Amino acid sequence: MDELTSVFVQESREQLAEMEEGLLRLEQDPDDRDNLNGIFRAAHTIKGGSGVVECSFIEAFTHDVENLLDSLRNGAIGVTPDLATLLLACCDHMGALLDLLAAGEPAPGAGLQTHGDELTAALKKVLATIASADEVEIVQATGLAEQAPTVEVSGGGVVITDCWHISVRFGPNVLRGGMDPLSFIRFLSSLGEIIGVATVTDAIPPAAEMDPESCYLGFEIQLQTRATKADIERVFDFVRDECDLRILPPHSKLADYLRHIEELPEDSMRLGEILVRCGAVTQAEMDAALNEQIRGTPGEEGAGPPQIGEILVGKEVVYEEVVEAAAVKQAQIKEKKAKEARLVRVQADKLDQLIDLVGELVIAGASANLLALRSKQSDLVEATSVLSRLVEDIRDSALQLRMVQIGETFSRFNRLVRDVSKELGKEIELNISGAETELDKSVVEKIGDPLMHLVRNSLDHGIEPAEVRAAQGKPVCGQVYLNAFHDSGNVVIQVSDDGGGLNRERIKAKAIERGLIQATQTLTDSEIVNLIFEPGFSTVEKVSNLSGRGVGMDVVRRNIEALRGIVEVDSVEGEGTTFTIRLPLTLAIIDGFLVGVGKAAYVIPLDTVVECIEHHDGESGRNILNLRGEVLPFIRLRDAFEVPGEAPPRESIVVVQFGGHRAGIVVDQLMGEFQTVIKPLGVMFRHLRGIGGSTILGSGEVALILDVAALIQSVSHQESNRLIGTGRAQAGTPKSLVSEKD
Amino acid sequence: MNQIVKKNAGGKPAVVEEEEAPSQYLTFTLGGEMFGVAILNVKEIIEYGNLTEIPMMPAFIRGVINLRGAVVPVIDLAARFGGKSTAVGRRTCIVIVEVPDGELRHDIGIVVDAVSEVLEIPAGDIEPPPTFGAKIRADFISGMGKVAGKFVILLEIDKVLSVDEIAMLTASDTLTAGAAGQEGSG
Repeated sequence: MDELTSVFVQESREQLAEMEEGLLRLEQDPDDRDNLNGIFRAAHTIKGGSGVVECSFIEAFTHDVENLLDSLRNGAIGVTPDLATLLLACCDHMGALLDLLAAGEPAPGAGLQTHGDELTAALKKVLATIASADEVEIVQATGLAEQAPTVEVSGGGVVITDCWHISVRFGPNVLRGGMDPLSFIRFLSSLGEIIGVATVTDAIPPAAEMDPESCYLGFEIQLQTRATKADIERVFDFVRDECDLRILPPHSKLADYLRHIEELPEDSMRLGEILVRCGAVTQAEMDAALNEQIRGTPGEEGAGPPQIGEILVGKEVVYEEVVEAAAVKQAQIKEKKAKEARLVRVQADKLDQLIDLVGELVIAGASANLLALRSKQSDLVEATSVLSRLVEDIRDSALQLRMVQIGETFSRFNRLVRDVSKELGKEIELNISGAETELDKSVVEKIGDPLMHLVRNSLDHGIEPAEVRAAQGKPVCGQVYLNAFHDSGNVVIQVSDDGGGLNRERIKAKAIERGLIQATQTLTDSEIVNLIFEPGFSTVEKVSNLSGRGVGMDVVRRNIEALRGIVEVDSVEGEGTTFTIRLPLTLAIIDGFLVGVGKAAYVIPLDTVVECIEHHDGESGRNILNLRGEVLPFIRLRDAFEVPGEAPPRESIVVVQFGGHRAGIVVDQLMGEFQTVIKPLGVMFRHLRGIGGSTILGSGEVALILDVAALIQSVSHQESNRLIGTGRAQAGTPKSLVSEKD
Repeated sequence: MNQIVKKNAGGKPAVVEEEEAPSQYLTFTLGGEMFGVAILNVKEIIEYGNLTEIPMMPAFIRGVINLRGAVVPVIDLAARFGGKSTAVGRRTCIVIVEVPDGELRHDIGIVVDAVSEVLEIPAGDIEPPPTFGAKIRADFISGMGKVAGKFVILLEIDKVLSVDEIAMLTASDTLTAGAAGQEGSG
């Protein structure tokens, strides 16, 4: 795939996403003209682009879609749910065609082709109904405006020319920048045939004030070419910031030309002449429009664009909507341009490389710091500490580059919820909050699938059918919530619904049936509901095509754990279910707190650290501490990791916090903050719990990063299992969950 | 289709070459015995040291080292073969080998008592592995090389250091070490 095509595919995907979003909004608010214009523009852009990359199958299909959208835009037909469904299906088909193009296939396969043909037929059918309605309208319209029937029928004053009209005003610095305006025109002629050029010299000041090094020229050019607008714009790339470029496509409406004239700084009359001179419009066309304008505004010079629109509408030259739509469109394009100007598209792997380098820089900095400290030269120590502060800043901004908002991922679910609720015959609303929460790009990319499973699960199993809801006195319309927020160095994503909740008895029965637990086992409520994440677990008897294949939940958990995250479910029967996903903010570099146990060093993520206190070995022998009146359980890292050797007389406790829990970690010594570049431990250690990864210290040694949540969880389960196990052993049932699972 | 066929045709001789090529072996001693690994798998040999132990791991995983910025696991071969852990001596080395795992390649270090030399062993001097008696799993051995009247056990390094298998072994180990509770509810 060449670069042009890949850019086209990428941009078209974005346009498609926009289009889909727009279509979903359109259903809610059919009268939103801005939205409709946006949808049309997206389809139009895709069509235009497909022409450039010479992908005829996309162009042909999109053409029909565009036609339909155009009639929607003109108000020829109204928005109906069926129409929206059809258009959404078209969106999907365009997506499929794009995939095809991306895969380098020359033409769609038979199945896809038939599907496309079906959609095209459906589009044509809708269009046919409009056409018949249109005829009636036209007949009526011609009755009202007899003097301009030809303009009327062509749908709003199309200027009869097959040329692009380019109008360019070079900025004063163009010549100074070493550019020759003429060379651009010459280059332009390589795209096609220049039919006419008119030079606009109005900006040239009197000779005395003129700066010979400044450029005051502008050109009105008629170009006959098969190139696209983007191609033409590219010609002027070098002076893009320095010039004022306007391009009108062939067969533009007369109104567009008029607006074009108004927007240009020069006098309208004169511009009109120029346009005629370069052949953009015929004298007659221009006269008709300009005369109207002048006649309509005697003594009211500069009364502004709306009046022209009004005149034209009054004369029934154009439909009111067309003028409005065009104006809105223009405004939006401008807005979009401005937005794009502030963004830079960077390839993801370049960014990854930067992060890698920053990671190496952090490690190298740490080792320089260490050497400086050892040398005991205060100047050197100071210099390296300044350096490491800067490195820290660089690290933070580099990581910031990778942060993206989760909103885009969330809004994809609008479509899913709409489609699935239709399919299931349920009425479901999706509520999104916290869409602006930022997290690492690589996390965002990978969280989509698990989220999809969870949302589908809520739609399919969570929300009850309407009649059940009504019987229970709940509102018929079910609610699904997507929420995201930051919490102590983690990102928390919640998927919740107000459905029936999880049936604990059924889960338990199922788990026993599947051999996941023993019938005699006593489990807490949360342990029971979390059984749904076990492999091969699915409680719904009826297998639908959405979920119920029994792969969903354990895949969700695996995917999330692969991101060093945790997923938990919380459910109140009859009231709803909440899935909580907890993910690390970034996968690359974190602020760490270095602690030592025995000879080894461990890093605790600084975000989880609350405080450090001295540990006086209590006489109780239990691992509980009184922290200012609060009960604080703690673990001894030495015991948990089976580190050999005796504990030193003075130990410290690091108090950590995660997801609302607090706990202490007993360590031999505290070694302070440390910028931690996370190095994954590799697949060999993928089953290792309690260790989130590794990092390299300034000394070149490897230190392990603690996964605090997993560590505490595993220690607490270990303990409770042991206690339950001993309790059972006395009761004569030595089986525990652990042995069962092995 | 034509293209695919061509590719295959082009690819085959390359594979054959690769299979015949490793007639060179790096030999090392381990518990007094001589072993060999195909030289193509060996990336480098480094001094033993600066090892970071990983808690809750089976004995044959010695830990990880920092190999110029990459964290590389180190395996104790003697322990992997079911014997005692290698005692660290003056000539103890870590041999960094590259192990293919599907599309990916992993660097893994192995602890050896001493590295001997690189030997060229012609295919004719390599006997098939004995089905039993070597006290090492038969699938770990690719062949027995005859060198100066003695046998050198040539290791099938992909099997010995199979990442999947090691991960599975560590899993059962960590499970009994207590993380099973999380499996059961998390």
